Amino acid sequence: MTQSIDYKEVGLICGLEVHQQLLTEKKLFCRCPAGLYTKDHDGTVLRHMRPTLSELGEYDGTALMEFKTKKNIVYLLHQKNVCTYEMDDTPPFLLNANALDVAIEQCLMLGCDIVDEVHIARKQYLDGSIPTGFQRTAIVGVNGKLPFRGRELTIIQVSVEEDSCREVSDKGHLIVWRTDRLGIPLIETVTGPELHEPDEVEEAILLVGRVCRSTGHVRVGMGASRQDVNVSVRGGRRVEIKGVPQAGWAPALVHGEAVRQVNLLKLRDELHSRGFTKPDSIKIEHTDVTDFFSDSALEFLHRENWERFVANDERRRGFELLSGPFCVRAIRLPGLAGTLSWPGQPDLTFAHELTGRVRVIACLDQQPILLHSEKWPDYQGAKGEIQRLKKKTGCGPNDSLVVVWGIEQDTLCAAEEVRLRYVDAVEGIPNETRQPFVDGSTDFERILPGPDRMYPDTDSPPQQITRERTERLRDALPELPWLREERYSGVGVPLDTIYFLIRRGGARLVDLVVDRGGADVRRACFFFGERIKGLRRDGVAVDGIPDDLWCDLFSLVSSDGTLFEDWKRIVSQMAAVGDRSMRDIVEEIGLDKKPVNWREDLPEIVQTRQPDYPNDSVGQRHRFLMGAVMKNLRGRIPAKDVSSALHSAMEDRA
Amino acid sequence: MSGQEDPFKGYRGLAKSRMKKWGVRVWSDVRVVNTAGSVFEGVILPRSGNFDDLHIVLKQKTGYNVGIHVDRVTSIEELSYKKIIYKIPEKEFPRLPDLPNVTLLGTGGTIASRLDYRTGAVIPAFTPGELYGAVPELADICNLTTKKIFGVFSENMGWEEYGTLARAVRDEIEAGADGIVIGHGTDTMGHTGAVLTFMIQDSPVPIVLVGSQRSSDRPSSDAALNLMHAVKTAGYGPIAEVQVCMFGPTSDQYALLHRATRVRKMHSSYRSAFRTIGDIPLCRVDMGSFELLTDDFRPRDPDRKIKIDTVYDDRITMLYYYPGMKPDLLDALVEKGYRGIVIAGTGLGHVNKPIYPALKQAIEKGVHVVMTVQTLWGFAQMYVYDTGRDLMDMGVVPLDNMLPETALMKLGWVLGHTDDHDEVMRMMRHTINHEITEREPHNGYVILQGGLPETQEFIKGHWK
Ligand SMILES: [Zn+2]
Repeated sequence: MTQSIDYKEVGLICGLEVHQQLLTEKKLFCRCPAGLYTKDHDGTVLRHMRPTLSELGEYDGTALMEFKTKKNIVYLLHQKNVCTYEMDDTPPFLLNANALDVAIEQCLMLGCDIVDEVHIARKQYLDGSIPTGFQRTAIVGVNGKLPFRGRELTIIQVSVEEDSCREVSDKGHLIVWRTDRLGIPLIETVTGPELHEPDEVEEAILLVGRVCRSTGHVRVGMGASRQDVNVSVRGGRRVEIKGVPQAGWAPALVHGEAVRQVNLLKLRDELHSRGFTKPDSIKIEHTDVTDFFSDSALEFLHRENWERFVANDERRRGFELLSGPFCVRAIRLPGLAGTLSWPGQPDLTFAHELTGRVRVIACLDQQPILLHSEKWPDYQGAKGEIQRLKKKTGCGPNDSLVVVWGIEQDTLCAAEEVRLRYVDAVEGIPNETRQPFVDGSTDFERILPGPDRMYPDTDSPPQQITRERTERLRDALPELPWLREERYSGVGVPLDTIYFLIRRGGARLVDLVVDRGGADVRRACFFFGERIKGLRRDGVAVDGIPDDLWCDLFSLVSSDGTLFEDWKRIVSQMAAVGDRSMRDIVEEIGLDKKPVNWREDLPEIVQTRQPDYPNDSVGQRHRFLMGAVMKNLRGRIPAKDVSSALHSAMEDRA
Repeated sequence: MSGQEDPFKGYRGLAKSRMKKWGVRVWSDVRVVNTAGSVFEGVILPRSGNFDDLHIVLKQKTGYNVGIHVDRVTSIEELSYKKIIYKIPEKEFPRLPDLPNVTLLGTGGTIASRLDYRTGAVIPAFTPGELYGAVPELADICNLTTKKIFGVFSENMGWEEYGTLARAVRDEIEAGADGIVIGHGTDTMGHTGAVLTFMIQDSPVPIVLVGSQRSSDRPSSDAALNLMHAVKTAGYGPIAEVQVCMFGPTSDQYALLHRATRVRKMHSSYRSAFRTIGDIPLCRVDMGSFELLTDDFRPRDPDRKIKIDTVYDDRITMLYYYPGMKPDLLDALVEKGYRGIVIAGTGLGHVNKPIYPALKQAIEKGVHVVMTVQTLWGFAQMYVYDTGRDLMDMGVVPLDNMLPETALMKLGWVLGHTDDHDEVMRMMRHTINHEITEREPHNGYVILQGGLPETQEFIKGHWK
């Protein structure tokens, strides 16, 4: 993050689309199990996506792009988690009623108004991430609000939709998807464009996440929640950073995008000042320079090296590769000198914008994907070679040069993409979706589709949501997370612990044992929010312990506080055995038998137990002896009684 | 969509009366506020008549549709009225002298279509210009002419239509078409293919039925590729028979050409639903080549003279036999004047004793009864068991391995020619194009059983 900017001054605006998988047994439109992931497959399907014409008779921007890519799309199937619905060989079944209930519940938590009749729409995705070519989605709630930093964060809408495939690989013209995740119900929560600083974005993601998770009816863990962050600056356009896996990534990504847009707007002004004001004022020329590079020191531009690359990378004609000859193509950019090294994202230049387009749309993906005259690689004779190339292509001092290589048809597509990216630059910032990386950078993913890609799903009837259904779900809602936050923090529980409890469902247990087991709120919070974390990490199945048993535990320890001192053993036993009463468990680990004569044993222990380190202080020696003595007494005799008795015994000896 | 459209299209009862009261109609661009204070802006869409009368449907600016309960509307305001008539962009279909001339006859199925993005209504693309706009690759294959024969969905195809279609095919071929493509809904494509085989004989060129299992308004539709394969088959294919051209696998890979008398739709929704039964398909087609799977076919021959014979009698039916079938069912058919019955019998072509007397009576009254097998694969071999022999003695005639649907279509066509029992049965058993085959090759019956290791290995190694 080298470039610092004043977010207020540049007019940064961000909004969120938070995706959260719902915890249902089955998928949204078929009866396959949800959340069953597989690493292998037992069937494959090959498909292509054709763009369909939009209302105005023009191809949707994304559609056009995806069609240009001519991708072979392969789906990996496993009979355990997909049926013929996911393959798009069976129409959808009726919307999963349980998923709709959970979605309504989520909407209510987010303060939304529930729509009266749910209409399922198709949202086109031509990248192959969904075999039908569209995602089935439906608005369930609108007009919600969440308290946020002393103001309100608008929830524009919440929709329920089917999750997409997971990408396995993307090589040349072949993209491979695994279908196990496809069809899992999720909700997409769209916030208003009301976030103005990178760290607000992170905070808002966490807030929405907490609200969603506080019901315990959503999935948690890797990939269960992902967010798209929409970013624009004043004069810029909405860019969607897609699939941000963690809230913590957001600040750097938002900053980077803000910088990128500011720089691209400056580039636009520069282009205008050079007279490039209209789309058709960008003119490029390109030519086949395969022979020119045939004995260049840049060996990857040799035909033989290309063939080796294709063979080593197992690229097959008709799958990863188009047919046609190898070609190195030089693209001259008249009057555009200096624009390739124009700053873009932090630490990157405008050339990176071209690279992204060429990689995604022209399917040229051999690194470094393109070369250009403003940062020509350094090698023996490099200077002379670029000079000769410039001369050969008629590239003057005001011009720039880009070189791409691969199958001829792809290089032609690449040349056209370079032109189109400059056409976009004349306009400013193209609407696009960008893929995020952990270092805070992003790369081009696809052109952002417009509302034209949405149309009604003729396979699915609308579904009425009655007010009775909504009210039934409202009655069963858990406490709103910010109310809970107040309640817990009022008794001195730290915020991190509270958030953990809300996210991981521990808050429900806290309230349960307080309510039914007579537990102290603070003690219960620390217990479920901190203490049992360690046991869980050690593999103790604490999450399988039934509610009743937790309540019994807390009832018991409220009458016999000493027992709680041995909670680790008790909880481990609770998790290990099935259907047992608390009384049985306490008996099994012998905590019901309180030793009577333990004080009498102490002097002997003090005398015989020699420490490993004879120079220990009294305190260290006391701790050492406590450890030894408590092994037998923990949970039966209060530790503080043992401690003082031990002190006495030590003093007596001294 | 004419100008005389109902302004409350699909709305009725409460919703309609409210719309009238509010002064809004279908295609009104409105701003609605509901009792929760939520604001919805969008266009009122027509509603399907079989949905309830409690909601109005809005297409919002985001593209999402939402239904609003009329009782929850607190205010509604018409901002504008914008009816946009959706039209498929037409581009002139280029014609090249070297390319074959293919005629596409439309029967109402939507082999190519575009979607009205607001309503979801599917608008068929049909003129060469519209098809060129939708599937530009067609222009690289042939010079295309299109003729719309009917505007109905394929389930509405009937005997009158079969005759009309057969005559249209003849007219186009006599006018010099190098091949005919018939766009057809998939549900009854096999029936149409079978009957056209009987009605159109000695065609000099391919006659290719094609449809789609996923409508062409979907990005993953099979329609465009099916159309390309079909047009290519019509223009260049070597087989001058009536054939069905549909996906081989569900993957976008190749089509199979099935002989129309031996093909059956075997899945309600798979792209690869069409299978040749009791034999192997004729040919495998992709955009590169034709791979003939057999040499037993009628080759293309421009000098051959086409013959048309479109007579029929539609007083025919099919009985899918089941245990416990009551004899009065047959009595009723006889009483209602049915002239021919195809039985899809169990096993080798059987029905049980309780309906013998009724069958016997039907045949005595001049009804023509033929036997096929509901197992689809295999032959009606009624001489094997007593039950079969009894039936044959009564006058039930086995049709060997003719598919039940093919038998039904053939019976209707034959009864248009004669009512003489012996002649009917002679014609039924006289093969026109492989509706009965003498032998079933061992690979004519391949239904791999999933789950077996060897099948799993096969499936894993091939595109499904
Ligand atoms: Zn499924």
